[in-house]
Amino acid sequence: MRKVVRGFYAIAYAVKLSKPNVICAYPITPQTEIVENLAEMYANGELENCEYITAESEFGAASVVLGASATGARTFTATSSQGLLLMTEVLYNAAGMRLPIVLAIANRAVSAPLSIWNDHQDSISVRDAGIIQIYVENNQEAHDMIPFAFKVAENKNVLLPFMVCVDGFKLTHAYEAVDLLNQEDVDNFLPPYNPVVSLRIDKPVAMGCYAPPPTYMEFRVALEYAMERAKKVIEDESKEWYEITGRDWGAHIKAEYCEDAEVAVIAMGSIVGMIRDVVEEMRKEGMKVGLLKIRTYRPFPAEEIRKALTNVNKVIVIERSLSIGSEPPVTLDVKSALFGHSSQEIHSVVLGLGGRDVPRTQIIKIIKEVYEGKVKPGKRYEGLKEFEEVIP
Amino acid sequence: MNDIRSYFGPGHGACPGCGFPIAVKITLETLEGKAFVVNSTGCLEIVSSMYGRNVWAVPYIHSLFENAGAVAGGIDAALKALGRKNEGHVVVFAGDGATADIGIGTLSGMFDRNHDVLYICYDNEAYQNTGNQQSGLTPPGASTTTTPVGDLLPGKMGRKKDMIGIAVAHGIPYVASASIAFPNDLRRKVKRAIEFEGAKYLHVHAPCVTGWGIDGKLTVEVARLAVETGLYPLVEYENGRLVRVMKLKKRKPVEEYLKIQRRFRHLFKHPLGEKIIKELQQIADENVKRYGLEDEG
Repeated sequence: MRKVVRGFYAIAYAVKLSKPNVICAYPITPQTEIVENLAEMYANGELENCEYITAESEFGAASVVLGASATGARTFTATSSQGLLLMTEVLYNAAGMRLPIVLAIANRAVSAPLSIWNDHQDSISVRDAGIIQIYVENNQEAHDMIPFAFKVAENKNVLLPFMVCVDGFKLTHAYEAVDLLNQEDVDNFLPPYNPVVSLRIDKPVAMGCYAPPPTYMEFRVALEYAMERAKKVIEDESKEWYEITGRDWGAHIKAEYCEDAEVAVIAMGSIVGMIRDVVEEMRKEGMKVGLLKIRTYRPFPAEEIRKALTNVNKVIVIERSLSIGSEPPVTLDVKSALFGHSSQEIHSVVLGLGGRDVPRTQIIKIIKEVYEGKVKPGKRYEGLKEFEEVIP
Repeated sequence: MNDIRSYFGPGHGACPGCGFPIAVKITLETLEGKAFVVNSTGCLEIVSSMYGRNVWAVPYIHSLFENAGAVAGGIDAALKALGRKNEGHVVVFAGDGATADIGIGTLSGMFDRNHDVLYICYDNEAYQNTGNQQSGLTPPGASTTTTPVGDLLPGKMGRKKDMIGIAVAHGIPYVASASIAFPNDLRRKVKRAIEFEGAKYLHVHAPCVTGWGIDGKLTVEVARLAVETGLYPLVEYENGRLVRVMKLKKRKPVEEYLKIQRRFRHLFKHPLGEKIIKELQQIADENVKRYGLEDEG
């Protein structure tokens, strides 16, 4: 059923169709409307075999879903920014305990200074936790990725938390036409959660044991192996998703016009749509430019990116976050993927932090400058005003 | 003697004379092993749940230091959603630091939402797992590594947080204090607690031999003196009303409790010691009045 809906509804409705048992969250802008929609469904009795809980903090919310997931429940939570940072200790723990919790992140900048507007600093900051991260481009993809996330997370070869990253406001609050899934399709795709181990009286297990030096390292490396296996599972499930819905999101990346591109732009999230539009226009003008959308930031698709960029000479990485003291996060990963294989020029362009507007003309300028060889490779900021630092 | 299955051990690594295993065993036996145990980081967790050497014969989960209340709430919600409520009781074992300090937020949230959880705080009055650092439940005058005795200071300054009062203020159906020195009373309170649907709080005094500096064979004696001096009143609230207290027939002066513990020994020599002892006696006197621990006349 095609309907014009807002992003938060598309997400909440997909959560409902995924039949979760425990939903627990704490309100934070711009995530709040996702759980408000779920609370409304709960109040109307539309969520069967499900408990909806508002916790006392995001830390509490993550802990509630951790306990519920360990008991064998399918669980969902959502957050943004400070909330995600507050959840972080629990999320590392949940990943280490191999609990397939699904989270929707309405991406928002982090404080200080306080900002409720969009960039990717929040989810990027938990990239090392052992959580699968997918960045979506529009609300259809956000909608689709919710049942998809449960399916991948609960796969016995994976068993990791899964984060669906959706640009706050830009997507969560935007009206878009979305083909809403129907229950039958979701049920066919996503079987009920059947945990390998869970807390049960008849078969007691101890979860969250501590590991001294002779055993700790294997648990952590096993987490890494699970993340590597998740790559294949995401590919397989993407194929199945295409068969059921006819929508091909690509598994880890979506490369467009890259085969013969002189310049390729790498980006994640909602900005991809505008970049595609610019790239298609430039193609019409005869410019050899391409687009490489990264969907799965973790596991990072190094091999796929390498392959897609084989014939590309110059790469622009659009960055929506920083790794203060080093190069921006996506750039680091892209460089490491290419190192020893090829030697493209890498332009790392940081823009749109804290919701700073990124006009179409800016994207055109960035690509043209690189295309025409007017700028040196390296890191730079776009849309940054001249400012004077106060150094006391 | 009997064939009660051990739900905790053998093989746990608690010190000889440690107080909390008594509380854990009594609780699990009373619940006949029908317990989902949530354990915060701390002594109990460390001595019982090393990978490959788990001693729990009940479903057990340890997540973090400060989230046992929320994890327990999540288990409760999952059991409800999955139609498994009849399987057993959700029980938390958490130390005093995990309960009264770092985890009080998630505890308050669990109380507020009135999850069907029995939360048991084993109170050994400091961060004992890491070697006796003061917590919000360390009593005044106690020497800990972060409130050491010096020329100026006589150990911890300030008071012990009133967790019973905090729990009662949340309006949960059952709140009680107990002590490992009174196992029958503890057993009865666990039994009574689970008759209530909703959040239950049981605060159990459990001496620490190393942190308190006591002889392992005196654990029960020391815990009993805490009650008999009025420093540690055994009280019981149902639906916000004080319904029972353990009466003190012949109350002892607090010195009797203090003098057999290394953590208080300095109070008998330090220039400020007398003042602190007076303060502790005053706390005991207030407890007697507040809870009516002594029969009048």
